[in-house]
Amino acid sequence: MSGEMTTMLAEQSRLGRARVMPWIRRLIFYLILLSIWEGIVRLEIWPPYLFPGPLIVANALWEGVTQGLFLPAALVSLRRLAIGYSISLSLGLVLGLLLGRNKLIQETVGSLVLGMQALPSVCWLPLAILWFGLNERAIIFVVVLGALFSITLGVEAGVKNTPPVYLKAARNLGARGVRLYTQVLLPAALPAILNGLKQGWSFAWRSLMAGELLYYTLSLGNLLQTGRDLNDAAQVMAVMVMIVIVGVTIDQILFAPVERRVRERWGLA
Amino acid sequence: MAERHLVAQHGHAVAGMADASEQPSGGISLEIVGVSKRFLARGRMVEALAPVDLQVKPGELICLLGPSGCGKSTLLSIIAGLEPPSSGLIRAGGRKVQGPGIDRVLLFQEAALFPWLDVQHNVAFGLRQAGMPEAERMRMAREYLELVHLSGFEHSYVHQLSGGMRQRVALARALVLNPAVLLMDEPFGALDALTRDKLQIELETIWAATGKTILFVTHNVREAVALGDRVLVFSPRPGRIIQEFSITLPRPRSLEHHQTIDQAREILAVLHADQRPDEEANDEW
Ligand SMILES: Nc1ncnc2c1ncn2[C@@H]1O[C@H](COP(=O)(O)OP(=O)(O)OP(=O)(O)O)[C@@H](O)[C@H]1O
Ligand SMILES: [Mg+2]
Repeated sequence: MSGEMTTMLAEQSRLGRARVMPWIRRLIFYLILLSIWEGIVRLEIWPPYLFPGPLIVANALWEGVTQGLFLPAALVSLRRLAIGYSISLSLGLVLGLLLGRNKLIQETVGSLVLGMQALPSVCWLPLAILWFGLNERAIIFVVVLGALFSITLGVEAGVKNTPPVYLKAARNLGARGVRLYTQVLLPAALPAILNGLKQGWSFAWRSLMAGELLYYTLSLGNLLQTGRDLNDAAQVMAVMVMIVIVGVTIDQILFAPVERRVRERWGLA
Repeated sequence: MAERHLVAQHGHAVAGMADASEQPSGGISLEIVGVSKRFLARGRMVEALAPVDLQVKPGELICLLGPSGCGKSTLLSIIAGLEPPSSGLIRAGGRKVQGPGIDRVLLFQEAALFPWLDVQHNVAFGLRQAGMPEAERMRMAREYLELVHLSGFEHSYVHQLSGGMRQRVALARALVLNPAVLLMDEPFGALDALTRDKLQIELETIWAATGKTILFVTHNVREAVALGDRVLVFSPRPGRIIQEFSITLPRPRSLEHHQTIDQAREILAVLHADQRPDEEANDEW
């Protein structure tokens, strides 16, 4: 009895350690990385205004945030992203379903989508500026195109790989029309759709940053550009850190929980 | 206990389930008239099912036996209205089958539960389509899970269940709609003998209590003899009914009883005799 208890406790502490150890290893890795960075800076191969050390960058990040510059900029970028991504999401779901279910659309529009996917969406920016002017609409257009095709292709793949027996079973149980799409096809395709959504999100984020480099209003991408104009490498690096933080945070908040739930339900590892 | 439970359920009327409530206590007749099926596979016509004629009385339990690929699943699919026949027609309760309907529910060879729904929501899926309110359908799902002895697994997901448990969920998902006809496609095929025996007894109990019409496909000749009022033997593809056995042994029939075994041996001889012709010869059409 007590022997059982001890083995159970030992097991639990082993599991606890297994959870903490990766974090400790990660921490050590980053500490080493920062020291190497600092070490190279100390060699003074490049002047510090071009290649600042981690402390100076951290300071620039702190100042950028406390002086009320970085957070409003991040909000501007996130707002554009949210609008653009929502549009791609709605269009992509519909388009993907159509592509997955209709042979004619698949043969025609499908080839176009594949071609568009090969074109980095920031290539659309010059055209968008000609059409819309250097304004919100042009940049949101680019964000939409950034995410649209990945989402479309993800939905299409999901729908095509759905075992037909699910549809048969659903029809057999009385499901008809639109409900076959909303209650069977979409949920059945969720794992593949989620991949498309994640890829679309990262493409949208990249296109947005690239696009914002050309803009004069406050935004994360624009802060990179002003940092360059001011010859302030520390600000540029601080903004880059900021962009990474925003990207990772959104991934963790938006996608990680959904992904965990899908894995749990489907019984994927 | 199971019977009483189910009988108590008979009256349940679901909005839009006209067929189920018109015939509360079970089976309707099935007429299969000259039904055949051809598939176009890689540019070649494959004849899956030769014209089949069959009359099934309300409440009859019929077992279908035949070599793999002879078209048994295809026939059930056509009766369920999931696929149109290439020729012929089906009448269920005197009315021509024109598509799927919840008076005829098919249980698939591979259970076909939805992995994105938990067990309870899987069972309630058909009720949801019929427009039953959430609370009511959850209550019924729980009742039918109890009927198939799966209380406590309401919130499990499909991958957390054993094969036998999945088939029980599929059975509950079908029974909850109170269909007049159950089309069962080797539902117990992939299970161990013990689980299989148990589910078989449960099925017979439910059938005896409800009088549903059941078509039951199996590869197990003894199982067919133990369950069926009639056993139909199909030829290799394109399948046609080559012989029909009426089983008059008293129920419940034990799989080990010598009469069961003798009857099974007789059927097996027919099954084997017709499998002799080279399979390849039937490949082209
Ligand atoms: N959608 C389809 N397209 C082309 N051929 C098909 C299709 N469905 C079934 N077939 C063919 O029809 C024949 C009958 O198939 P079916 O699944 O009905 O056989 P079965 O009797 O159920 O076999 P088993 O006992 O192995 O389940 C097979 O030769 C199969 O290859
Ligand atoms: Mg089959």
